Amino acid sequence: MPEFHRKIERSAIGFVLAIVVVASIGGFVEIAPLFTIDDTVENAPDMRVYTPLEQAGRDIYMREGCYACHSQMIRTLRDEVERYGPYSLAVESKYDHPMLWGSKRTGPDLARIGGKYSDAWQVAHLINPRAVVPESIMPKFGWLRDNPLRIDDLGEHLTALRDVGVPYTDDMIANATQDALGQTAPDGDFAAGVTKRYGEATQVRAFDGNPATVTEMDALVAYLQILGHLTGAAQAGVAVQPEAAQ
Amino acid sequence: MLAQLTSGERQLSIVVLILMAMVGLAMAAAGRGDPIGVHGFIVVVASVAMIFVMLSGLYAPEPSAERLDHYYDDPSKVGVILTMIWAMVGMFFGVWVASLLAWPDLTFDAAWASFGRLRPVHTSGVIFGFGGNALIATSFHVLQRTSRARLPDQFSPWFVLLGYNLFCVLAATGYFMGVTQSKEYAEPEWYADIWLVIVWVVYFAIYIRTLARRKEPHIYVANWYYMAFILVVAILHIVNNLAVPVSFGHAKSYSAFSGVQDAMTQWWYGHNAVAFFLTSGFLGMMYYYLPKRAGRPIYSYRLSIISFWGITFMYMWAGSHHLHYTALPEWVQTLGMTFSLVLLVPSWASAGNALATLNGAWHKVRDDATLRFMMAAAVFYGLTTFEGSFMAIRPVNALSHYTDWTVGHVHAGALGWVALITFGSIYCLVPALWKRERMYSAKLIEVHFWLAISGTVIYVFAMWNSGILQGLMWRTYNENGTLTYSFIESMVAMHPYYIARAFGGLLFLLGAITGSYNILMTIRGHSQAALQPSDDAPQRNLAPVAQPAE
Repeated sequence: MPEFHRKIERSAIGFVLAIVVVASIGGFVEIAPLFTIDDTVENAPDMRVYTPLEQAGRDIYMREGCYACHSQMIRTLRDEVERYGPYSLAVESKYDHPMLWGSKRTGPDLARIGGKYSDAWQVAHLINPRAVVPESIMPKFGWLRDNPLRIDDLGEHLTALRDVGVPYTDDMIANATQDALGQTAPDGDFAAGVTKRYGEATQVRAFDGNPATVTEMDALVAYLQILGHLTGAAQAGVAVQPEAAQ
Repeated sequence: MLAQLTSGERQLSIVVLILMAMVGLAMAAAGRGDPIGVHGFIVVVASVAMIFVMLSGLYAPEPSAERLDHYYDDPSKVGVILTMIWAMVGMFFGVWVASLLAWPDLTFDAAWASFGRLRPVHTSGVIFGFGGNALIATSFHVLQRTSRARLPDQFSPWFVLLGYNLFCVLAATGYFMGVTQSKEYAEPEWYADIWLVIVWVVYFAIYIRTLARRKEPHIYVANWYYMAFILVVAILHIVNNLAVPVSFGHAKSYSAFSGVQDAMTQWWYGHNAVAFFLTSGFLGMMYYYLPKRAGRPIYSYRLSIISFWGITFMYMWAGSHHLHYTALPEWVQTLGMTFSLVLLVPSWASAGNALATLNGAWHKVRDDATLRFMMAAAVFYGLTTFEGSFMAIRPVNALSHYTDWTVGHVHAGALGWVALITFGSIYCLVPALWKRERMYSAKLIEVHFWLAISGTVIYVFAMWNSGILQGLMWRTYNENGTLTYSFIESMVAMHPYYIARAFGGLLFLLGAITGSYNILMTIRGHSQAALQPSDDAPQRNLAPVAQPAE
């Protein structure tokens, strides 16, 4: 081996090519099949896309680095399923560009946080976590309630998402701004369009308690409240895998 | 330093800077009201400032041809200084975010100062700012010595060094404004990513062009590692950052991949950023500075080969161990675990090779804190890679994942291995670059060594305790068969360890400040050019050694 190696280490180009080939094999074998093997992602016909408001909330979740402390991936382990709910399925993050599975739980997992707390609780908690949970070490996000949400460019966001594979329709893209307004004002003119485009089950309400303006708080709470509810596939009764029950 | 540039190189610099200023202007115009506009403004200011610097020296006399008889070390000098600045910045933010976990209100009531925005400033500051600058500065130094050839020109090293730092500045300032892709360790947005690709291509070109001019028939092992670092980081960076921007006036983009494919791609990237940025590059450093300082040849050529190709091949399979028990198909998890275990062989081959090289020089390790930095780094490298393989085992990972144990593991590697080998190398490099007999104060190196070691040990022990405790509390059942602890109880239990961790980090930061002061005083000392070893020069007048066709 040393004799052979003494030869290749005399050629810079040869060495470069050898590194590229040797280093590329692992990625090819592990990543490429994930795009081609059909049962990598389950089939869930009821899976819906995020509304423009929820997607904007998701963007705020990323902007504030929430993923650094909160995972969105319940593993197939008994204690996790009992603590957080049914383990996460691949299909549930099918429209997540990028995924926010996370790597650290300084705070609890949020994959199924939607609906566990009221909007008012979420708003109060985001404004001052320690007012609601005295021991909490979460940062305060009070300014979210004061920041108006930028909604004029939501169509562009949805278009970019369609470019990477999320099935937004022309109708959804054209009405993105109106749908963001509509989802926070149940008595307004645009509310009906939201449920028409995203389904009857879509949550339409003044998430931050104030229907007059669309704030970043509206968006983030709308996102938190939909987490775990884009599809019912996980709740539909897939049993805990045997190895997890050990 | 400008006087070293030829007039052609000065003109080229100005042309490139004008192009950059124009791009910055376009970004500022297209991105009004968006963070990308602020970044455009930063690019314009940086480019215009550099244009003025260049203009001030535009008509200086041509440098003499004598410069070609010396290695070109000016970029390495600036690189070392930038390394230490980023070390202090990155570690300061580390201590800050660590303190926030113990005392959450220890911050300003403003968006930029919340934990989620500060944390990437810490991680990018130390990994890319501190680590990246150290790699660039040392790689130019090592490349020239081991090739016995001068860098091919005097423009491209500056382009790489300063361009890379522009990337770091865009990254850090972006986080304050909330610009992030949310991909861990790949947070910078699309335009910063594109810029890094351009910088990286030039970096690679410098490497290849210098190697092509080398006067040594063989490429030295340190350069294998530096090349693997440059090449594979390019592959990882490009694939993981594929994204579609919302528009040219938006900093925001959406990742090309989603869900499970994105998770696999991200951790293929994330784990190999550890492998090829934080391991390969720094092994390159170790393979040059450690034997040099010890005055001993590398113990085993054969072990070098095994460890190099083992690491280059196997690391790329290991990323999926970050996704055990998730929605990632099990066959990928199993592959990741298997390769993570086998990876211990080349990792320990490297660590063992380094320690065996010290045989016959242990008295120097005792007396010379600089060499001891490198010895300790090799020990931590061995320990951390063992821990990494262990944590990749599925049932172990069931406990350790999502907990502070992971954070402790990362820091055992980042503080114990990456930072220690860097400080050791820099303490070799600074006197050599500035032609000083030795560092300003050997005592301060000693102080730095013990601050760094005690900081690392306190940090890692705190995180082992908190991580394992956390993992156990999450899975503890009472006799009724229900979970014993609420999440918040496990979090409250972390408090003393979070204080200890912040204290360990503070010690490490103090060490970095001590080191920076020592380096500053060394630079300000008297130059003793006569001390330069006579063989520290490129072999330019010799006929090239016959080489096989490439």
